Amino acid sequence: MKFETPATTNPIDQLKVIGKPTRRIDGPLKTTGTAPYAYERHDVAANQAYGYVVGSAIAKGRIASMNLDAAKAAPGVLAIVTAANAGKLAKGDFNTAKLLGGPEIDHYHQAIALVVAESFEQARAAASLVRVEYTRGKGAYDLAAAMGTAIKPQASFGTEPDSGIGNFAAAFAEAPVQLDARYTTPDHSHAMMEPHASIAAWEGDKLTVWTSNQMIAWSVGDMAKTLGIPKENIRFDSPYIGGGFGGKLFNRADALLAVLGAKAAGRPVKVALTRPLMINNTTHRPATIQRVRLGATADGKLTAVGHESWSGDLPGGGPETAVGQTRLLYAGENRMTAMRLAVLDLPEGNAMRAPGEAPGLMALEIAVDEMAEKLAMDPVAFRVLNDTQVDPEKPSRPFSQRRLNECMETGAERFGWSKRNPKPGLTRDGRWLVGMGVAAAFRNNLNGPSAARVRLDKSGIVTVETDMTDIGTGTYTIIAQTAAEMMGVPLDKVVVKLGDSAFPVSAGSGGQWGANSSTAGVYAACVKLREAVAQKLGINAADAVFADSKVKAGRRSAPLGDAAADGELVAEDMMEYGDLAEKYQQSTFGAHFCEVGVDAMTGEIRVRRMLAVCAAGRILNPKSARSQVIGAMTMGAGAALMEELAVDKRFGFFVNHDLAGYEVPVHADIPHQEVIFLDETDPTTSPMKAKGVGELGICGVAAAVANAIYNATGVRVRDYPITLDKLLDKLPDIA
Amino acid sequence: MQTPGEFELSRRGVLAGGAASVATAALVPIGAAAEAREAAAALPTAKVAFDVNGTAHELELDTRTSLLDALREHLKLTGTKKGCDHGQCGACTVIVDGRRINSCLTLAVMHDGDRITTIEGLGTPDKMHAMQDAFVEHDGYQCGYCTPGQICSAVAVLGEIKAGVPSHVTADLTAAPKVTAAEIRERMSGNICRCGAYSNIIDAITDVAGVKA
Amino acid sequence: MKSFTYERADTPAAATAAFARAPGARFIAGGTNLLDLMKLEIETPAHLIDVSRLALDKIEATKEGGLRIGAMVRNTDLASDARVRRDYGLLSRALVAGASGQLRNKATTAGNLLQRTRCPYFYDTNQPCNKRKPGSGCAAIGGFNRLHAVVGASEACIATHPSDMAVAMRAFDAAVETVDAAGKVRAIPLADFYRAPGTTPHLETVLAPGELITAVTLPKPVGGTHVYHKVRDRASYAFALISVGVIVQRDGTGRVALGGIGYKPWRVEAAEAELPRGAKAVASGLLAGAKTTHENAYKLPLVERTLAGVLAQAKG
Repeated sequence: MKFETPATTNPIDQLKVIGKPTRRIDGPLKTTGTAPYAYERHDVAANQAYGYVVGSAIAKGRIASMNLDAAKAAPGVLAIVTAANAGKLAKGDFNTAKLLGGPEIDHYHQAIALVVAESFEQARAAASLVRVEYTRGKGAYDLAAAMGTAIKPQASFGTEPDSGIGNFAAAFAEAPVQLDARYTTPDHSHAMMEPHASIAAWEGDKLTVWTSNQMIAWSVGDMAKTLGIPKENIRFDSPYIGGGFGGKLFNRADALLAVLGAKAAGRPVKVALTRPLMINNTTHRPATIQRVRLGATADGKLTAVGHESWSGDLPGGGPETAVGQTRLLYAGENRMTAMRLAVLDLPEGNAMRAPGEAPGLMALEIAVDEMAEKLAMDPVAFRVLNDTQVDPEKPSRPFSQRRLNECMETGAERFGWSKRNPKPGLTRDGRWLVGMGVAAAFRNNLNGPSAARVRLDKSGIVTVETDMTDIGTGTYTIIAQTAAEMMGVPLDKVVVKLGDSAFPVSAGSGGQWGANSSTAGVYAACVKLREAVAQKLGINAADAVFADSKVKAGRRSAPLGDAAADGELVAEDMMEYGDLAEKYQQSTFGAHFCEVGVDAMTGEIRVRRMLAVCAAGRILNPKSARSQVIGAMTMGAGAALMEELAVDKRFGFFVNHDLAGYEVPVHADIPHQEVIFLDETDPTTSPMKAKGVGELGICGVAAAVANAIYNATGVRVRDYPITLDKLLDKLPDIA
Repeated sequence: MQTPGEFELSRRGVLAGGAASVATAALVPIGAAAEAREAAAALPTAKVAFDVNGTAHELELDTRTSLLDALREHLKLTGTKKGCDHGQCGACTVIVDGRRINSCLTLAVMHDGDRITTIEGLGTPDKMHAMQDAFVEHDGYQCGYCTPGQICSAVAVLGEIKAGVPSHVTADLTAAPKVTAAEIRERMSGNICRCGAYSNIIDAITDVAGVKA
Repeated sequence: MKSFTYERADTPAAATAAFARAPGARFIAGGTNLLDLMKLEIETPAHLIDVSRLALDKIEATKEGGLRIGAMVRNTDLASDARVRRDYGLLSRALVAGASGQLRNKATTAGNLLQRTRCPYFYDTNQPCNKRKPGSGCAAIGGFNRLHAVVGASEACIATHPSDMAVAMRAFDAAVETVDAAGKVRAIPLADFYRAPGTTPHLETVLAPGELITAVTLPKPVGGTHVYHKVRDRASYAFALISVGVIVQRDGTGRVALGGIGYKPWRVEAAEAELPRGAKAVASGLLAGAKTTHENAYKLPLVERTLAGVLAQAKG
């Protein structure tokens, strides 16, 4: 099915199942420990051996020699895989650095060997007996120092590194009110709770990988390319994923090394990355240095909007696209954005939840707060004044829906924004300095082709199969809701099977495209199944009403299952897209409000209240969508207050590479969180009229926290995370 | 107060910091004796008997086996999760003799005679424990990986408050702690949820405890 | 983790005798730090002696009017004990500021004292660390050291001791009771228990090999108002940036101990004489001779400010 014109009324609009805050259908499995994650698939292959990954001890250079003798002689060892014995391996298209390093080393903790043994304990012990001599190379590890060497990167995903319209330089110079400030965001780690893990088994030349992966088809393709075998010979299965956030978009060392280990050992092998290895071995959100320049008239109209960002990555990598939102978020006739990329020999930078927008808005939305203050305007009113209903670079192109102002105003009302003292540092609650902050949330909507297969059996059970993944997003449930709505059955008559590459290829989970794209694919398949049912029952598909597990047409009514009385009905289709996304700018919007307390003596910062108001198309399941938003708000609070991969600029690695060192928020950091979804449908996105919220939810959060800290203390911190040491010398003197 | 100066790099610090382009044996070498021991000795094992969710088990284990790995790899009770294996996340939380612990940081062989409750022992999909049901109702999870640990912790936390164990946020040390959202948040802080379901988890627990969040 | 043989000891004498038979063995109790380190092969004992079931799990009144806390008393039980909550509130407060509920349920009194630094370079076996591998260098100096020591450090090591419990115990003038294989019992004032790093940061306490901690004794209660403030970036389940424990008497005198700033819980009795003059004066004495790095200089004003806040709180 091709979606080329805005949706009209369709069965989804009945909203009997869609749009309801349904409990997740996978909830009983997840809460009882019976949902099987990758490393736990004892049932899928007999005689599994254990692999343990050895990571490089240097960031850049070469392996001078490797001695495996002691490791090989250790008890239980079955095989050792290294680049020297693994055979020819191509690099996957989605990886910047090789998953198995050696002799060249590209980054710290790059995998250089896998030790396979009978037991985990044996594999772990033997791994430490692998003796490696290195020749250290000279690397670049300091973004600030490398800024001068940064170059204009190539366009990626159709986005040019530079944009401009009007005459930014002149408009900025002439603007009566100007802001020119520099902001920095540090490297962030996904730190999902389930470590990257895979079990691999070969049967002849057929390979099966049970893994934890967000993008099944991409990763099957990359595995085929890496091994030089047809992708038809590879099956991936990833029904439950213990968090991804972009960190499991691609194959990682666990998958490749399990595959190579299974080959070498001649039996199935399971591999999980250890927590201390994960942070440097896998990908991270790259640090940025950003410069924002805003020019406005005295009455607060933006006339010049400029945003530049510098980031680094390994050779062949890409920039953190931190300026993207600035092209679309506010009005202003004269604009410029630019991205520059330096070569850094740190671990590979890549997508993490709202890549680009998350760090971009961390800077931009402080800048907007600063500008509002310069103008003596309320930051909500300033944003509302500078709203645009069209693409500012191309005014003939409207937003499909844009209710940012309503998000702002609704939020201000609900949060008690009018009680905020615009003068910072004056509100006290005992030892706490209290402040409120606001920031806009913005993230583009993306759609991807997505296919599904739908089966109907004679008992009226509808089974959906797609390689779509549920990374905690609620995909199982919204897909079931979609099929239930389309086929007119209750939710408990729908079975959803995900994450198997044997199923039709979906959009996968990333870029907050998953919910709308994957359910649209299921919609397409269900339309086909409805046609097949109608044909089987001898009724006109156009007249058929699917409700209450029955198909009705005029006076005729038959149980849905009757259509499969003499055999299962199967339908498969893919949703594809025309050019609506070019005609309309499809984006999601929100407003984040935050109240913080800052200990006037110690500078400790605690979030007291958080509210998000989102306008993101139809909300397919308000319960799971709300969870996406509160989760993103939590990650945003972490980015504001504590998350930072500490770079050792001498040795070139992230020093705090575990969950004790890399602090993410805990329960005590997060207050009760409120989320409001504006009632909205966007007929330009798909028949579902939905968009995504999982990344929107993090966009702007950290800036809202930062602005609240400023309001509380009068101290403006432009370098994240905002830790107490950055406030201390500017807090009120002690008595 | 004097103005302290920067530490100068020590000689060793310089060696460490200026090691570019020198060959270094980077993986920590272990003693030759230890290596010989590893190769020669028969694998040290030990017998242990304990009760898991009401079922008696007798195992002979490599002494290095953590309680977590004994559950997951030997008994195939995979509901208990390995998130960090270093006591930094709480995904491995189980209840041993009525107390929640990190099963990753304890050796299985140290639990002879113990009574262990894992997430599988609290309830099943068809017959969920009240806490499990509340987590589903309040959407107190997303990816689900930290969830069994959160639930085991939550069940134990309510018991700890009832038993009068104080916490960091207990206002009066000499009085019995109360079941409040703040108390629960502090006590649940050893269970990290990167999906960020905290707000909903607190709603679930306070629901079970019969208090308003 | 290197393989090891395992035995369980039923009495302290059996435990120390087992050690005498297997030098290089380690005692294991709660295991929450030792196993963490063994997994990374920072600790590689060939033999483990399980002392977790020794009958050292009681908290008893001493005839001097204090408390004798068995070495195996779990952190949770110590924090919950009614006598501790009433008379040694600072200790209860410090305990519940540490780690997580799960870890406190397992961690023991002796093990808490003996836990090793959380310096990330100590934990990364690829990196130089004089504490882990004597003579290899200190990567924290000149590296990421925002969390590191500002007092008592040396050019070989700037690690801190991570315990909260020990800070409170130091304020109470606690003593560590031990027994060795010969049956010799001694009491070591906590003030003398930890060794300065100097050129030998791998030697952390004055315990002899095989010497087993059996108890920690607290002198009789000193009264006063007790406040423990642990400052950290996240609200819970994190090691201290710094911590300040005070016992303040009605007349303004009192005691101050600090955590997170040195290789041991930090207390300077002479500085406490300045308490009536306020936080600045006390902090100046406590932090005399402090040396900071490019990343941890904030700890000095933080100590002073936190102390000021804590003293204000203690005065009500």
